[in-house]
Amino acid sequence: MQRFILQRLIALVPTLFGISIIVFLVMRLIPGDTISAMIGTQYKLTEVQAAALRAYYGLDKSLPEQYWIWLTNALQGNLGFSVRSGQPVLGEILNRFPLTLELALGAVIIGLLIGLPVGIISAIKRDSLIDLFGRLFSLVGLALPNFWLGTLIILGLSLYLGMLPNSGNYTEFTQNPLANLQQILFPAITLGLAFSASVMRATRSSLLEELFQDYARTARGKGLKEQTVITVHCLKNALIPVITLVGVEMGYLLGGAIVVEEVYALPGVGRLLLNGISQRDYAIVQGAVVFIAFNFVIINLLADLAYAFVNPRIRYD
Amino acid sequence: MLRKITLIVSVLALSALMLIACAAPTAPAPVVQTKVVEQTRVVEQTKVVEKVVEATKVVERVVTATPAPTAAPKSGGVLIAARAADMQGLDPHKQTAFASFRVLELIYDPLVTLDKDMKVVPHLAEAWKWSEDGKTLTMTLRKNVKFHNGDPMTSDDVKFSFERILDEKTGAAARANYALIEKIETPDANTVVFTLKTANGALPAAMTSLNSAILSKKAVSGGQDPAKTANGTGAFKIADWQPDKILKLDANKDYWIPGQPRLAGIEFRTIPDEASILAGLRAKTIDWALINDPRVGIRAGAGGSGLTVTRAPALAYHVLQLNASRPMFKDLKVRQAVSCAIDRQETLDVASLGEGEVTSPATPPFYRAALKDLLCYTKDVDKAKKLLADAGNPTVKFKIMAANAEPPTALAEAQNIQAQLKKIGIESEIESLELGVYVDRWLKGDFDATVALNGGNPDPDIMFFRYWHSTGNLNLVANYKDPEIDKLLEQGRVTADPAKRKEIYDNIQKKLADAVPWVWLYVGYEYRVMQPYVKGFVPLANGANTYLRETWLDK
Repeated sequence: MQRFILQRLIALVPTLFGISIIVFLVMRLIPGDTISAMIGTQYKLTEVQAAALRAYYGLDKSLPEQYWIWLTNALQGNLGFSVRSGQPVLGEILNRFPLTLELALGAVIIGLLIGLPVGIISAIKRDSLIDLFGRLFSLVGLALPNFWLGTLIILGLSLYLGMLPNSGNYTEFTQNPLANLQQILFPAITLGLAFSASVMRATRSSLLEELFQDYARTARGKGLKEQTVITVHCLKNALIPVITLVGVEMGYLLGGAIVVEEVYALPGVGRLLLNGISQRDYAIVQGAVVFIAFNFVIINLLADLAYAFVNPRIRYD
Repeated sequence: MLRKITLIVSVLALSALMLIACAAPTAPAPVVQTKVVEQTRVVEQTKVVEKVVEATKVVERVVTATPAPTAAPKSGGVLIAARAADMQGLDPHKQTAFASFRVLELIYDPLVTLDKDMKVVPHLAEAWKWSEDGKTLTMTLRKNVKFHNGDPMTSDDVKFSFERILDEKTGAAARANYALIEKIETPDANTVVFTLKTANGALPAAMTSLNSAILSKKAVSGGQDPAKTANGTGAFKIADWQPDKILKLDANKDYWIPGQPRLAGIEFRTIPDEASILAGLRAKTIDWALINDPRVGIRAGAGGSGLTVTRAPALAYHVLQLNASRPMFKDLKVRQAVSCAIDRQETLDVASLGEGEVTSPATPPFYRAALKDLLCYTKDVDKAKKLLADAGNPTVKFKIMAANAEPPTALAEAQNIQAQLKKIGIESEIESLELGVYVDRWLKGDFDATVALNGGNPDPDIMFFRYWHSTGNLNLVANYKDPEIDKLLEQGRVTADPAKRKEIYDNIQKKLADAVPWVWLYVGYEYRVMQPYVKGFVPLANGANTYLRETWLDK
């Protein structure tokens, strides 16, 4: 087990290295650079002015040199400075991470709370009216785009209830837990509804499959109650694909839910990244992408470990 | 059987969903109810009192919805303000984004500023005097001005700030406006003398910009980086800034205007979707907001919302830039045909819901040329067709470059122009680009044509010289040179008498409209939407929020 974890952690190094090189190159390959994004179309700098600004931000050096500087600094925990705010990149990311983490956890919890029961009931009462509505629900959930659902929720809340989940005054959990949860709730529902649809589908199909396995028939043959057969025997096995889903979804969500963050005006990692790209804030993009990749790998490692937890037959020795 | 039911139910549900999708987001009927309380039209001519000549006498029309104060202004309270984009950085000399200006102009002070009639008035400099030859500008500074860190502001700081702007290594945005400065002297702590290479009447107007803000020499030369720490002399100071998350301003208690600012602070919130800002205003969680999208602005005052909406025609202008160096636009007649075929009012109606005014090349109202004197400001399809025939009916095909949502109306403008030009047989294709890519190509002049929202200025010299003088620093973008226009621009620069200046700039505008390097379209409105208890705010045509200094909360 420990060896498995160690191996996966070692594999993290080349992954992050590769990703950092790709981001580094892609950001510099797309047209437009930090300086022109900064100045916009109101003025044109002279060559000397532009060169001076490039030197100020270290963009005058050759690409390998720039990368080398970034890498050596990054290894010491310094991801550089944001062109926009002048603040350290790592600080900016960590500053926004709690919100993103909270949003991701909230979305996953809501997704599971809705998706699991609906999926289980749908599987047990296959082809009944309940199943029909369950499947319809999942179809709708998957089809509704986040930006539309989010806007609709905001409109509904503000027009009919005179309240808003968030007016741009994000409160941190540590400052005021209640206000914070109120702000997170609706964005988390927006994200969670779509996720619950995938959870529902995965739970339903994999539970259906398990219900017809030999071991389930044996269990029934032993005279166990159907309820026990489902909860004790089948459900555990059926959860493996759901765990995979949770792992992947968490990985994505920790990269920031850009659309939902925009709609609800939440300052998360996704918006940091989006603004970083449009401003060509290289250090921010580079730092954020590597950070997201790191999370992704770790989350998937945790998902792999969770398999062994729900299904003891899975061993990583 | 069940399958069939499933199918029917699904189809029903889906169609219901589509119905909801079509119906739900519709806002209440857009009854426009703009609360224009007074509409002032001030036309003022210069008084040349002995040697004191104010360089720019601009006339402006400001539509203001601020009612005459009924109660005495109260102090205190924090204003919750919202807008779609946060600042892009802190260094006032390097900012070009409107979003940065709107905040930093509260933190920093320029030497002179603009009043609500877009007239240059004293600010950190309490008076100024031109020498007779117009080559020396002597400014007297206020004595009781302090930086936020407590240091007094002196002539050394002014000299230091302008030298920082002039130093190419700074990369300052406004450097080109001060190219004529030869030297800056400080005979005493409260006097600054600018000596110019040639006369430049637009100098004070240039100095009103945030890009000419005064920094502390002691702090900056002592290692304080203005990109990381804001240390101005303005009415507010930054208490906390975490991009997109928190921007809190505290009142500067030592501000040099007694009794100002009236607010104890301002909390700026960034809400990227302007429709959500409007929702926040309606839910009363926001006191004051800046709205750019006319589609949202027009809804803000609708349906008895109780909100106060102010609109001011902006100085920034929407324009179709043609690239006269590209083969399809080399022929003057083709460019003129494009101008004649476009109904500018139609573009304004379609793209901005009619929220704006068709404009001549110069946007400050005093300097606007009469539209009837300009070529084809009334659409004339027959003339356009005749011009094309005279040009030998060439096949004209080109691409219109547009930035994605910058301004929000860009794509609609491009589409409308495309449709209008099609009627005279000119084919165009729209290239919609991400802003960063757009800026890059725009600066290189790498386009056939582009729709743009270009910044305006109360002074036409600053608006025109950079594009239309062959040595202007954006002449590459305009891609058009004319020795006669060069000569006129040079004359306009050194002329102080506004009546003569207006004549010169009218002449330039006529030439520009005839030569059609660009097709000037319209100026839009900028909206400030606020709760009825927000008092004392006056919108300025250049978009500045400086009146937040005088704003107070009546509650």
